[in-house]
Amino acid sequence: MLMQGLKKIGAVLLLALVSMVAHADYSWNFPEPVTPMALDTLHVHNKFMLITMAIFVVVLAIMIYSIVAHRKSKGFKPVADKVPSTAIEIFWTLIPFAILLLIDFVIMGIPAYHSVIMMEDTRNGSEMVIKVTGSQWRWQYEYMSGDAEGIKFVSNLTTNNKQMHNEEEKGQNYLLEVDNPLVLPVDTKVRVLMTATDVLHNWWVPQFGSSRVAVPGFIRETWVQVTKPGVYRGQCKELCGKGHGYMPVVVNAVSKEEYKAWVLAKKDELAKADAGADKEWTKEDLVAKGKEVYEKNCAVCHQVTGAGLPPAFPALTGGKITTAPIFGADGKYLPDSHLDRVLNGKNIMPAWKALLNDTEIAAVISYERNALGNSVGDFVQPSQVKAARQ
Amino acid sequence: MSTTTVAHHDEHADHPTGIMRWLTTTNHKDIGTMYLTFSLIMFLVGGCMILGIRAELFEPGLQLMNPDFFNQLIGVHALIMIFAALMPAATGFANWMIPLQIGAPDMALPRLNNWGFWLLPPSAILLTLPFTLALFGIGDGALATGWTFYPPLSVQGGIGVDFAIFAVHLLGISSVLGSINIIVTLFNMRAPGMTLMKMPLFAWGWLITAFLLIATIPVLAGAVTMLLTDRHFGTHFFDAAGGGDPIMFQHLFWFFGHPEVYILLLPVWGFIPQILQTFSRKPMYGYKAQVYAFWGIGALSVVVWAHHFFTAGLPVPALLYFMYSTMAISLPLAVLFFCWIKTMWKGSMSFETPMLFTVGWIILFGIGGLTGLVLADVAADAQYHNSYFVVAHFHYTLFAGGIMGIMAGVYYWLPKMTGHMYSEKLGKTHFWLTAISFNMTFIPQFFLGLAGMPRRIPDYALQFAEFNMISSISAFVLGLSQLLFVYIIITCVRGGKKATDQVWEGAEGLEWTLPSPPPYHSFTEQPVIK
Repeated sequence: MLMQGLKKIGAVLLLALVSMVAHADYSWNFPEPVTPMALDTLHVHNKFMLITMAIFVVVLAIMIYSIVAHRKSKGFKPVADKVPSTAIEIFWTLIPFAILLLIDFVIMGIPAYHSVIMMEDTRNGSEMVIKVTGSQWRWQYEYMSGDAEGIKFVSNLTTNNKQMHNEEEKGQNYLLEVDNPLVLPVDTKVRVLMTATDVLHNWWVPQFGSSRVAVPGFIRETWVQVTKPGVYRGQCKELCGKGHGYMPVVVNAVSKEEYKAWVLAKKDELAKADAGADKEWTKEDLVAKGKEVYEKNCAVCHQVTGAGLPPAFPALTGGKITTAPIFGADGKYLPDSHLDRVLNGKNIMPAWKALLNDTEIAAVISYERNALGNSVGDFVQPSQVKAARQ
Repeated sequence: MSTTTVAHHDEHADHPTGIMRWLTTTNHKDIGTMYLTFSLIMFLVGGCMILGIRAELFEPGLQLMNPDFFNQLIGVHALIMIFAALMPAATGFANWMIPLQIGAPDMALPRLNNWGFWLLPPSAILLTLPFTLALFGIGDGALATGWTFYPPLSVQGGIGVDFAIFAVHLLGISSVLGSINIIVTLFNMRAPGMTLMKMPLFAWGWLITAFLLIATIPVLAGAVTMLLTDRHFGTHFFDAAGGGDPIMFQHLFWFFGHPEVYILLLPVWGFIPQILQTFSRKPMYGYKAQVYAFWGIGALSVVVWAHHFFTAGLPVPALLYFMYSTMAISLPLAVLFFCWIKTMWKGSMSFETPMLFTVGWIILFGIGGLTGLVLADVAADAQYHNSYFVVAHFHYTLFAGGIMGIMAGVYYWLPKMTGHMYSEKLGKTHFWLTAISFNMTFIPQFFLGLAGMPRRIPDYALQFAEFNMISSISAFVLGLSQLLFVYIIITCVRGGKKATDQVWEGAEGLEWTLPSPPPYHSFTEQPVIK
């Protein structure tokens, strides 16, 4: 009798939930899963929600019945609880415990066990490895194996400041758009190694169902296997400072053929950029390129105008470092000089040597010294940055 | 439980007046009143901070504050609500009610009691002072790491982190002192004949809480001290470059942090059944079962901490252990829920404000508990973790399960403490406003979390806009409703219908044998429990 009732309630709830899930945009539940892990997570989640809702409804119904029926205003007289016989007491203790143990450790516990094992199995059948590095406040991707081995780039937020400050209409992918998305082939199990350079970050794409903290100095890992081509967006979800809301994850999942083409094109592009480091640049070209680099990487703290946000983020306009000489008499860069600070960082200022290439570093330094209200006059060649790295 | 009536005489009631009365008092009722007042003030301060947050999140874009200030508000909001609003409220009730309930003249260690309270205002100042200093160009504001202090972000942070570390030290000392006092009082000053298993349930809840505090606060103090030395004295406890590990901090922090949840809830679980039996006019069901459940929860609470960071990269056996042990908490909690509902079952219920808050509390805390059970699942937790789903979950446990429980206690005992009845009509209005706006604030946050909105972000993508707007509007209704609460309390303290000794028709226990308000010194002769 009771079980039948429970089954009925369960069926009704299941129907309600299924119809909710069936409404394609998933805004009442997890977004559409595109990896085996996310699909599994959705199933586990739906099942658990159903169980807990059933418990909630049954308990609530009993309580509401009591609230309605056992009222003083209705003249209901209290009925004292009788002390039960030992046998009955044991029965009434063991049965609910048994039901709960069944729910916790069998109905919920067994699927949860399999999910954990699946989630942590990053190696079996994995076909390629990528490394994701979190920094304040951008992601860096490096392909560690396969055709794409050696490809390495930084992925920055591209939403502009005006949209954030409500001076321009917000785009469709407001805060979830980047310059260089991670490109992955579909139907390929990708082992994702994760680390960070400064503080904790968490690389999360809701549709992938995987989320792992990136810990500076340690390697953590997870895996993804995207089953459907498309662009998938997520965000950092470990508080990592003032730019925490501004480091989106964008993954472009493409067919295996398109992936191969992308790898070739990207390698070509990176080789060209490397070649750029050896050529002699004019000051104007460097400053022009520097503006682009600055606004993408530096403006979040030092502001677009160079005014900074003192005391944490000093002003670059008329700043001590941005106006002092860079190179000493021996041709080497001075400690605490502009180049030193950009390459190696200090305290909250990140070290950029792993994030930007020679040309970008030379350009941004040249820009900071000859724009933003500064007119020091000198500038840095990419070749000098290259030499400084040794 | 029957008691012998004791004649009261109040010849010891002379004490300094004015400010000196409050600074030097060793009287448990005075100190209890100060704790409760402090808690109410800080509840409003913490509430204002979060309304600032909700205003910023009303729509996408940055409108009111920069992201750094946003991060400061969320962290300080949490620290204030946990350490300066909820914990002092529970300690305030302990001070007021434990001596009355166990038939003692006062707390066992009255001077320690006074010191325990007076450590709180300085720590509240330490928490909030950096905001003011920043206005004068000193430092860059309060801690911006969230209340969890996770390194390396907290090592990187400004002086706000140091201020918060010292505030936590002071708050911790205060809590440990209060706990020692409560344990000593409960073990030594119970009325003759009151065995431990005859002690009121509220006293039991606090006894377990006190032991948990003494066990876990030193771990927190140690962890934040290690953080302090990492920041200033060149140690590398949490820095991989020096052989440390940032995740070790999370282990230490949550070894305190998870029991802390039960530290906040156990006192409430203690007096909720007392309210239920009063308004059901029938003794509480399963007193012993509830006491054993308290023990069970107390023991489990210190062995489940890592479920707060399942995504930090733990080994598989650890993940499985922490998942299953967390699920096991549902067993003792189910016992409690069963006893609460069985106490109501076939009682003769009436629904004055304390009972309304209690019934609402059971339902909403139930939602908090059940979502907690789902969160224990490691795989699904990867999605829930640090999303708004978690934010909604812990507000169901800590606002509904903590603060609304405290409010039930306030309405229940306010007539006893002040000697006046509060306005029942306003009290009920306060309940409905709070319950409805609370749900309207946090139900949308469950959906925000499922849709993929991370917590602690000052600005968000456009698909989250509608739910955030509903949540923000409701949060303001919720916040403003609490002004009514303050008004009700103030008018009740000032006057109103005279309360009888028993106050509530079905109230039983030693505190209801005393006049309302009770004399300055309650039991000059201990009552005898038969």
